[in-house]
Amino acid sequence: MTAATQRRERTAASTRSTQESPFVKWTLIAVAMLFAGVFLLLPLLNVFVQAFSAGWSGYWGALTDEDTFSAIKLTLIIAAISVPLNVVFGLAASWCIAKFDFRGKAMLLTFIDLPFAISPVVSGLMIVLLFGAQGYAGEWLQTHDIKIIFALPGMVIATIFVTFPFVARELIPVMQATGSDQEQAALTLGASGWQTFWHVTLPSVKTGLLYGIILCNARAMGEFGAVSVVSGHITGLTDTIPLRVEKLYHEFNPAAPFAVASLLAVLALVTLALKTFLEWREHRRLELAPPPENLPPPA
Amino acid sequence: MADKKFNPLPGFGLTLGFTLFYLSVIVLIPIAALFLKSFSLSWREFLDLATNARALAAYKLTFGASAIAALANAVFGTLLAWVLVRYDFPGRRFIDALVDFPFALPTAVAGLTLASLFAENGWLGQFLVPYGIKGAFTPLGVVLALTFVCMPFVVRTLQPVLENFDRGVEEAAATLGAGRWRTFLRIIAPTLLPTIITGFALAFARAIGEYGSIVFISGNMPFQTEIAPTLIVMRLESYDYTGAMALAIVLMVFSFVLLAAINWLENWAGKFTKQ
Repeated sequence: MTAATQRRERTAASTRSTQESPFVKWTLIAVAMLFAGVFLLLPLLNVFVQAFSAGWSGYWGALTDEDTFSAIKLTLIIAAISVPLNVVFGLAASWCIAKFDFRGKAMLLTFIDLPFAISPVVSGLMIVLLFGAQGYAGEWLQTHDIKIIFALPGMVIATIFVTFPFVARELIPVMQATGSDQEQAALTLGASGWQTFWHVTLPSVKTGLLYGIILCNARAMGEFGAVSVVSGHITGLTDTIPLRVEKLYHEFNPAAPFAVASLLAVLALVTLALKTFLEWREHRRLELAPPPENLPPPA
Repeated sequence: MADKKFNPLPGFGLTLGFTLFYLSVIVLIPIAALFLKSFSLSWREFLDLATNARALAAYKLTFGASAIAALANAVFGTLLAWVLVRYDFPGRRFIDALVDFPFALPTAVAGLTLASLFAENGWLGQFLVPYGIKGAFTPLGVVLALTFVCMPFVVRTLQPVLENFDRGVEEAAATLGAGRWRTFLRIIAPTLLPTIITGFALAFARAIGEYGSIVFISGNMPFQTEIAPTLIVMRLESYDYTGAMALAIVLMVFSFVLLAAINWLENWAGKFTKQ
């Protein structure tokens, strides 16, 4: 036996015991791809194929319907109010949590996560119990003629509730990782608190913030359960895009709900694309960053 | 405050104040409202509303279907994470990016498209329904929708752990004479298991509260395909606020217990995966 064959056999033996055989490997890949195909790819393709099953004109007709149009408008209004509010909250929460030490921080973090643990339907119910006719503020609101439930304010509150943690959750770890040395340097050099925040903190957490906004927006536009409970389902008035999809689902035209749903599917794809792009850019930035050889080792 | 070091950064009072204010108004007061309102019920009334036959059937389906869906994800999600991290094959990056699709897609659309896929004339239903596998308007449909909605949890929890897995341990096992299968069972599986269980719990917790997708695929028949959140909506629509509240309390207490369990699990799993 030559040395070369010996070596070859030894390598074959060692890969045999640190890697799966090609047969096992490709079987695993096949099963995993079957699962991904049935549960990821087919549902996605099906939305668009069904949406165009009545042809371009049917698709266009379903989208330009007056009630669909008002649903699109309502969804955009709700997202335009709730996302910025949650961004302000996310920035405030991450600033005090990441830059300062105080008692009860762990509990505060748990509280911020609570809306993710609560069923959207239960969230909607809570808002009904506060502002509905039978609720705590119901009588007062009625005498002052303020409508919250079955109107825009209730739907906005429900959306804020279910999207509450998104921005804060993305920002807190990013801000914790960047520390506060740069802010302290800026302050030492005479910058004001706001200047420091705008020119030092915000740029350093930009990616995390964008990431949070994208996820928050996707959920705000797509929320069904919580919004459904407080909307009252008044066609043309309190239907968002997802609620409009449900209403069309119960009507006679099978392509129409898919046409409207395709808008939300496009939103999901754009969300995924942006998310993937941000991750890729962050990855590249970390790879290209010059090694910090001039800096003193971290304490 | 509790910090003994001097911290020169401004804005602590402002940001903490706003955080607590916003948190109270949006989250804490509504939760308190639910609990306070439920105190108007006597214990007996609460038990009647929360445990009548229709409610029990709804819990059974909710918890049963969620457990099956989370288990399916624990098995196939682990497989998918393994394949995406360990192997290279055409389309890997695309599928990897697509794993988050169930989180990005509004659940109403998920329910709509899955119901149509598994319906009698759907892409998959036309092959499955002749064999008696009905995925639309059945309890199986609930499982399918929940499996879709919770899919990213196990994959995304497991992926970083697999990426950081020390291959040297596998090589050591191989050097000591272990076959691949034995290495997997004795070395790899025990290390990954706590993380898989965490992913399972996250998926299970999410599945319990799911409503949007189920509305479309289950048919919402009382005692058969009605989940607990659907029953809450049914009771609300018939102005039975106390009935809705009783169910909501049960669901919420359960989610809080799960949340605590998940926190504990994450700590536990962290001990196994720390390098």
